[in-house]
Amino acid sequence: MTVGSSEDIASIVKALKQKPGALLPILHGIQEELGYVPSEAIPIVASELNLTRAEVHGVVSFYHDFRSKPSGKHVVKICQAESCQAMGSVELTTFAKEKLGVDFHETTKDEVFSLEPVYCLGNCACSPAVMVDEEVFGRVTPQCFQKILQEVMGQPE
Amino acid sequence: MKATVYIPQDSGALSLGAEAVANAVQAEARKRGQELQLIRNGSRGMYWLEPLVEVVTAAGRVAYGPVSPPDVPSLFEAGLLEGANHLLHLGLTEEIPYFRNQERMTSARVGVIDPTSLEDYCAHEGFRGLRNTLSLSGEQIIKELIESGLRGRGGAAFPTGIKWKTAFDTPSEQKYVVCNADEGDSGTFSDRMIMEGDPFILIEGMIIAGLAINASQGYIYLRSEYPHALRVLNLAIEKAYEAGYLGEDVLGSGRKFDLEVRRGAGAYICGEETALLESLEGKRGMIRYRPPLPAVVGLFGKPTIINNVITLASVPIIFDKGAAFYKNYGVGRSRGTLPFQLAGNIKRGGLVEKSFGLTLRELLYDFGGGSFTGRPIRAVQIGGPLGAYLPESQFDVPLDYEAFSGIQAMLGHGGVVAFDDTVDMAKMARFAMEFCAVESCGKCTPCRIGSTRGVEVIDKIIQNRNRNANLHLLRDLCDIMVNGSLCGLGGLIPNPVLSAMKHFPGDFGIKDVEKFSLA
Repeated sequence: MTVGSSEDIASIVKALKQKPGALLPILHGIQEELGYVPSEAIPIVASELNLTRAEVHGVVSFYHDFRSKPSGKHVVKICQAESCQAMGSVELTTFAKEKLGVDFHETTKDEVFSLEPVYCLGNCACSPAVMVDEEVFGRVTPQCFQKILQEVMGQPE
Repeated sequence: MKATVYIPQDSGALSLGAEAVANAVQAEARKRGQELQLIRNGSRGMYWLEPLVEVVTAAGRVAYGPVSPPDVPSLFEAGLLEGANHLLHLGLTEEIPYFRNQERMTSARVGVIDPTSLEDYCAHEGFRGLRNTLSLSGEQIIKELIESGLRGRGGAAFPTGIKWKTAFDTPSEQKYVVCNADEGDSGTFSDRMIMEGDPFILIEGMIIAGLAINASQGYIYLRSEYPHALRVLNLAIEKAYEAGYLGEDVLGSGRKFDLEVRRGAGAYICGEETALLESLEGKRGMIRYRPPLPAVVGLFGKPTIINNVITLASVPIIFDKGAAFYKNYGVGRSRGTLPFQLAGNIKRGGLVEKSFGLTLRELLYDFGGGSFTGRPIRAVQIGGPLGAYLPESQFDVPLDYEAFSGIQAMLGHGGVVAFDDTVDMAKMARFAMEFCAVESCGKCTPCRIGSTRGVEVIDKIIQNRNRNANLHLLRDLCDIMVNGSLCGLGGLIPNPVLSAMKHFPGDFGIKDVEKFSLA
């Protein structure tokens, strides 16, 4: 965490703390700004919302979306739910893990890709589905998957 | 004359390349000096034809699909903008049998209109239901809703009017309307299609709910996996505020209704209503003990209506056309229509809105066209990860709430996931337990720990280690989970497990079915 980010965190908390049930919007705000919810954020959020650090930590760790470590530059999610399984997501997942050389919840050595499981992207008529950052892909075969990775890597910064 | 072309911005269509097609169509039109108005609609729900390009002609909208960017020059060459013939020409969209044979009520505008155009919504009978309710009292609104027979479309099928009445009858200064848009069940996407394709219908339904119980604040709890829906909803809400449908004075009625979208954070359990409320309050999504019901003690301790997207989106038409009109559809105690979703290993996957009462076989074969792989459909899971697996012998049971509970299954949110004959049902049963272990909120021991034990026991059964004893143990474990869990996750996850054992005993190595009394 850089020096600037505790100020960033404080300003995000201040902007959102008046909302009823502000904790999730605040955590989303922090993660959008910094890419993750650093442990340093927890006491700041706790004190502003009049919660204990344990309560804030409990919320961060409960939800799959919140990360306590930075992710790779791109987050690749492969749907593991039944509809995608019916269309080969198990094979696709094995291929992806081999191709990227990581397991779920891990980041490639070059820090480009983080691989995550997801349970349904709502694209079940086009299974198997994959999400890269905020973009959804349907009917993803291993060949498509490779192409998607190449396209993502070729994107300008 | 300027041609009008529709290309969906629905995330399913985008996942198949609709954006590239839209770009290619615009580039080609520019190149040819042809003027066109490109509208980004929702999806018509025929996903095997996406990206679907539609052109407005005098006879109606003509469809082409599935279109990929390399097809675009030849489409223009053939006369795309006049609706001319081409290899991908499908004729009038609304005459495609899959579409024509539906009864679209809740999803009537999805794929038809520009989702974020208030003018388009109003031109297609939008906000007529709301206008009709402005002159009604809360009691009158609720009476009409009860009369319509609408039941919760999220899965539990509880009568919506009764839920609203409970919230209405509970005195409080502050009440809330919450939309459960945490559509987490595998095989379901109708909520997403509504939110991306016709967001104003949801807004309208929520305003009516607010007027009915005198709630001034609404929240849409949207799952984080739906970034497109988030953008569309926020844009629609902004427009609804500008036009005076939301805010301090709803359409000059002197009534206030504010609406805000809140994002979930990737927890399946937050689709359970009490866990959702906890999450909205900024806590871990741990379920609450009921009673009190949320309609009595809900969000921030106040009376709260919490309904699924499709339920709330079914409200406007009831107040536009009347309860009697709506009730006229359906069978028995299942009134109206349900947008079914065909998914998994299916040739023609998509959205099929029909009255209750058609059979699974009609859905799978007449609409779905059989499996995608061309192999026999061996099993179907309905109602998401907590729904039972059905074998072919049950494909003729009519799709209505009561008929399904009669075969220990549930319609849930109307998601239908097909599997061909390569599926290993013991693995699917194992997955159900694995999923429960990942997504359990942890409050009830049978769900939190039982799910992990369930995975281990099924592994032993698959590996034929002390199989008979472990089959009995698995049954006992399922009993404990059913009877010892507060909510539907732990309580219903035995559905897929036990139905898989019952209907596909061979996959578990069960030789003597009688012995396990799986009936």
